Amino acid sequence: MASLIGSYSLSFGLFFSVFIIFFSVRNLRDTKILDKKIISFTFTQFFFVVTSFFGLIISFINSDFSNETVFNHSHTTKPLFYKISGTWGNHEGSLLLWLLVLTLFISIFLIKSSQQPKNYRIFTLLFQQIIIIGFFIFLIKTSSPFNYLFPTPNEGLGLNPILQDPALAIHPPILYLGYVGSSIIFSSALAAMVTSHVSKEWAKHIKQWVLASWVFLTLGILLGSIWAYYELGWGGFWFWDPVENVSLMPWFALTTLLHCIIVLEKKKILTSWAMILSIATFALSMSGTFLVRSGILNSVHTFANDPERGLFILIFLFTLIFLSIFIFIFFHSGKDKKENNFFWLSKETSILVNNWFMMYFLSVVLIGTIYPIFLEVITTNKISVGPPFYNKLILPFLIPFLIAMAIGPNLNWVKSDFKDKFYMMIFFTISFLLSALIIKQFDINFLVNTILVTSAFFLFFSTLREFFVKRFKNLSQNIAHFGFSLLILSILFNNIFSNEVITNLKIGETFKTEKFTINFENIDQEDEKNFKAIIGKFNIQYLDGSSDILNPELRIYNQPNIITSEADIKTNLFTDKFMTMNYVQNQEYFNIRYQVKPFMIWIWISVLLITFGGSLSFFNKRYEI
Amino acid sequence: MKSKFISLILILIFIITFLIFYKGLKNSNIYTPNTNLEKEVPSFELKSFENDSIIISEKIFENNNYYFMNIWASWCIPCKVEHEFLMKLKNNEKIKLIGLNYKDNFKNASSFLNDLGNPYDLIVSDRDGTASIEWGAYGVPESFLIFQSKIIKRFIGPIKNEDLLEIQKLIR
Repeated sequence: MASLIGSYSLSFGLFFSVFIIFFSVRNLRDTKILDKKIISFTFTQFFFVVTSFFGLIISFINSDFSNETVFNHSHTTKPLFYKISGTWGNHEGSLLLWLLVLTLFISIFLIKSSQQPKNYRIFTLLFQQIIIIGFFIFLIKTSSPFNYLFPTPNEGLGLNPILQDPALAIHPPILYLGYVGSSIIFSSALAAMVTSHVSKEWAKHIKQWVLASWVFLTLGILLGSIWAYYELGWGGFWFWDPVENVSLMPWFALTTLLHCIIVLEKKKILTSWAMILSIATFALSMSGTFLVRSGILNSVHTFANDPERGLFILIFLFTLIFLSIFIFIFFHSGKDKKENNFFWLSKETSILVNNWFMMYFLSVVLIGTIYPIFLEVITTNKISVGPPFYNKLILPFLIPFLIAMAIGPNLNWVKSDFKDKFYMMIFFTISFLLSALIIKQFDINFLVNTILVTSAFFLFFSTLREFFVKRFKNLSQNIAHFGFSLLILSILFNNIFSNEVITNLKIGETFKTEKFTINFENIDQEDEKNFKAIIGKFNIQYLDGSSDILNPELRIYNQPNIITSEADIKTNLFTDKFMTMNYVQNQEYFNIRYQVKPFMIWIWISVLLITFGGSLSFFNKRYEI
Repeated sequence: MKSKFISLILILIFIITFLIFYKGLKNSNIYTPNTNLEKEVPSFELKSFENDSIIISEKIFENNNYYFMNIWASWCIPCKVEHEFLMKLKNNEKIKLIGLNYKDNFKNASSFLNDLGNPYDLIVSDRDGTASIEWGAYGVPESFLIFQSKIIKRFIGPIKNEDLLEIQKLIR
């Protein structure tokens, strides 16, 4: 029943697009004010998508297996929480969620933009409707969440166990808020070009959307990273997996746009650049969807290998790209006012420098992700691009990037000169000595690592000082930059100080290293509602007499029958102790992986700080730049 | 003029990207190991299937003959599927079929051959599966085309009609 309502609501929702477009086009010429009907139709459409989404949720809660999506991704023994989160833990449901956010955002946009010119609002709505219609057709044609199964199966196939996790229940919705937020930026940039509304006012108004999407995208990536850390048991927070990269690329573009729009808000320069970035952010989000959902890449996110779906997104994506190129060429004047002159040392330059570096990082990730696909199609060679590629290409360029980031925010607009030279020198010397002292303890490349850590410390001290000097001025930017310096420091230390042991152990055996002894004491079995757990008990004794007890788990899920390994992590402020256990086939041995990862928690904290900085400026204008 | 040129190039780049993605969609992304290899055959000493006499691999593979070595077992369902193609291949005189009976018992294996026919010129039995590991087999069934003591091609999984045609083309 719920499925039926959901299915009809979806068709009604699509039907309303026709009304919206009809009245919008009529409204373009008529009156001076926006037709109220358009707003109510947009809300009605949103209402229908909400109904449809709840229809699917209710089918999942009731375990209505006559619905094919529910049958494929749920099971009666699943806890209620995962029945609900299972709604968007699959291809069809997640697309419905995407559509939900799309319609929600355009409704919010219409309310929030009442100060903007009428035609600009209508054009934004029209471009957004093109995207919305595309997703409606995609859902209904190729991936309907409401397919009917007859005869009704008694039991479902179950949700993939690695998706049964609280972080993953909220990771997709948050990430989608970021992705879809970029669609509003895209539509509004196109509309601004068509109506010649690219101005300081536009920048001020769209900045809110850029900030909101940026905050959500950052949070979404963070959640995914946390989930990968403790659920996949690979023992790290970032793996340069193609699917991770795909979320990182729009983030780079969005971060660039965020900085670029600040300039545009102050004076009307860099307009073409802002337009290109607005288009690129959304295009990258969409190509992410394409790469992940078409099955062209293999990863934990590939829900279905269906070339038909891939083809649809591909054609849709390129239609949007060509449309935006067309509009950019024919409508965008590209002539900035004569405010274009600024001194080489100024805030404008420093923001441009940020933009260049961001674009460089973006292209590295883009090439690393796309090139293997190109190569395989053209030469049938299979290559895989891994962390060494990214580390080698990105790390050296972090050095000037960090230093510029420390100096840039202190410069004036138009023309500036170095301020506080004395403090800068002192901070740099302290940073250098500190880093040299730390790096010398370790048997790693002294020069590169010292300079890297020095620049990170330099940014850290400079931003720290600004908290005291500037007080509440630019607080949000300061927090975000401080968070970033903390992030880079934590990542660097995490890499440098990490310690890892991989070994096979039997119950009762011990493993000795110079610093600690791992003692495999025993295993326990526990039965849960949807899985059986085998829990190992490990006692780790350190040289100084202290000890830790770690309990990594193996979970044998009943539906579908999959074994997952749950890491046990002991976290404190300075290090994470991380242990996973795995079966060795047909043997009494277990494969044990024990890692000591310093400053792990600071990676999460610093990203939270970065997003906190961003959201602060969203709520309070006083803290703005 | 300049901006037109740039936009033209931009559009061209995106069209090429589109075409490559389009083609990439059709490719399967299931990883299959390289099947065309010129590798010396690993040697083995195994008991014959019929009696307990020892057979040494060097004595089987003569230089100027094609051999098709097939790893099979009576408990393996896909082996039944490929069996009809093996029977067809048996009719080709240019090639000799060697069966490597994998982790099987004599009784089941002989009734398998009695029911479906025996395509092999020679069968050796690999009771503990070590010879198959030496050959780098992924599972049963798996087959190797051998010429001049070299593996020219390997077939992972049951052979199909296309494989049969390919073999016939290769040994012509």
